[in-house]
Amino acid sequence: MPEREQKKKQPATRDDQVVEEAAPPGSKQGEKIKAEIDDLLDEIDEVLEENAEDFVRSYVQKGGQ
Amino acid sequence: MAIRKVCGIETEYGIALRGVGESNPIAASSLLINAYVAEQQRKVGWDFEDESPGRDARGFAREGSMAPEVETHLVNAVLTNGARYYVDHAHPEFSTPECADALECVRYDKAGERILARSMEAARRTLPEGQGIVVYKNNSDRKGNSYGTHENYLMDRAVPFGRIVRHVMPHFVTRQIYTGAGKVGSEAASAQDVPFQLSQRADFFEEEVGLETTLKRPIVNTRDEPHADAQKYRRFHVIVGDSNLCEVATYLKVGVTAIVLAMIEDDFFGDVDLSLATPVQAIRRVSYDLDLSLPLELADGRRLTALDVQWELLDLARKYAEDRGLECVDDEVGRDVLRRWEDTLTTLESNPMSLSGKLDWVTKHELLDAYRQRHGLDWDDHKIAAMDLQYHDVRPERSLFSRLPSERLVDEAAVELAITEPPEGTRAYFRGKCLQKWASSIVAANWDSLVFDLGTDPLRRVPMMEPLRGTAKHVDTLLQGSTTPGELLEQLGT
Repeated sequence: MPEREQKKKQPATRDDQVVEEAAPPGSKQGEKIKAEIDDLLDEIDEVLEENAEDFVRSYVQKGGQ
Repeated sequence: MAIRKVCGIETEYGIALRGVGESNPIAASSLLINAYVAEQQRKVGWDFEDESPGRDARGFAREGSMAPEVETHLVNAVLTNGARYYVDHAHPEFSTPECADALECVRYDKAGERILARSMEAARRTLPEGQGIVVYKNNSDRKGNSYGTHENYLMDRAVPFGRIVRHVMPHFVTRQIYTGAGKVGSEAASAQDVPFQLSQRADFFEEEVGLETTLKRPIVNTRDEPHADAQKYRRFHVIVGDSNLCEVATYLKVGVTAIVLAMIEDDFFGDVDLSLATPVQAIRRVSYDLDLSLPLELADGRRLTALDVQWELLDLARKYAEDRGLECVDDEVGRDVLRRWEDTLTTLESNPMSLSGKLDWVTKHELLDAYRQRHGLDWDDHKIAAMDLQYHDVRPERSLFSRLPSERLVDEAAVELAITEPPEGTRAYFRGKCLQKWASSIVAANWDSLVFDLGTDPLRRVPMMEPLRGTAKHVDTLLQGSTTPGELLEQLGT
């Protein structure tokens, strides 16, 4: 069975900027994710397709369903 | 009480042949699947007798438009896990076996990714040095060409189709806030200033209801192929979803939709009517609204956000669980889906970024945005578009998704098992086990039948019109007691 998360229901306040900006201060999980993304960014250029423009242009699919 | 929501996911993968100038996607897809099948097992042909993709669930025959193709001449394999792996519309497609609940669906959807990854390895061994096939689990080439990830759910035939349409439409328009796989830019002609959107597919929906799947795509698809007793069952076919890599997103997509359909089947909506004034416009509005704050106009004049609509559905689902129970989606899984659904909506309102690793659109957005900011790039930079594609690369060493932490709901050993073993709680068990034991005597397999060639008699067809018969509980003794397919058929009395 899936792991159960015991997360507290947070107050339903809406922050319109929250997607565009970094995690609110004090958000531990947000900071952890940001740190992990930062680590990935340090090494990501090694796995990225070498010529981004060619790669994007040449990825052409026949339409499907 | 609603009937068991037996479910499945059908994924068309994007495909590219590397190391050659021109490539034919149908040939590449065939090569990919053949390479896997040759390494894994003897190939079993698919039996098309009961395929009728042109039949319409609204009860009338098609007129004046072209019937969807069934490409009978193309590669088509049935695997020992009960899945179908074949070439469809110039894409390799993996259809999970019939699953008994959403969690099982997650496991077989993941097994599909592993099978595609192994297929690429197998294909590489047959191709000249420097060539290779790469597949992507996404839904668009960013140039206006889309390919689908479909879901299917077993429903009672007696439910009026109009009732399904009325209540499932607002769910399909708004569930993108957790099912969306994220996309940089837009492929809709009318779209302006869309740096990033929630969904891969929203750009491609032009109708509310219809039979098409490849053009003028409808939000609610009416394809009526029950692949089971047509008097009793409908197999509700969903084409509006994105392909997900996050297990939590797949789990919510299938789990919540199964509960919504159960509520429709039990006519539990009562006075609750969330019908939208203009669903086709609304599906894009939701997809383009990263703040999840824009209101949608309802048919009755109310204005609700996508989140509001999902909260209303969740409230109703909680009452449904209390009144009727959730046995039809597996009680334990159903209750877990309700908890996660609530957690997800709450977090989407307060701190969506923390859903990275749970929802694909958030995971992708956070990665791309961080890269963009570090290197001072705009959203329309080629590098960002390339990363959007590479997020979905199925090769573990190249997949950007795989490099990020994500929450697992099924452990890798269970996924590994699902590559070759069928689910135990549906007729897929009978199909898969017969293929494991007697592949050389099975000349054709379909969702609802197996055809045996015993060498002497005419071909013998075993119908499987009940998706919940042929389970491990039903047939294990029978299968273990039969050493030859002839003995099996004798005991079955066919």
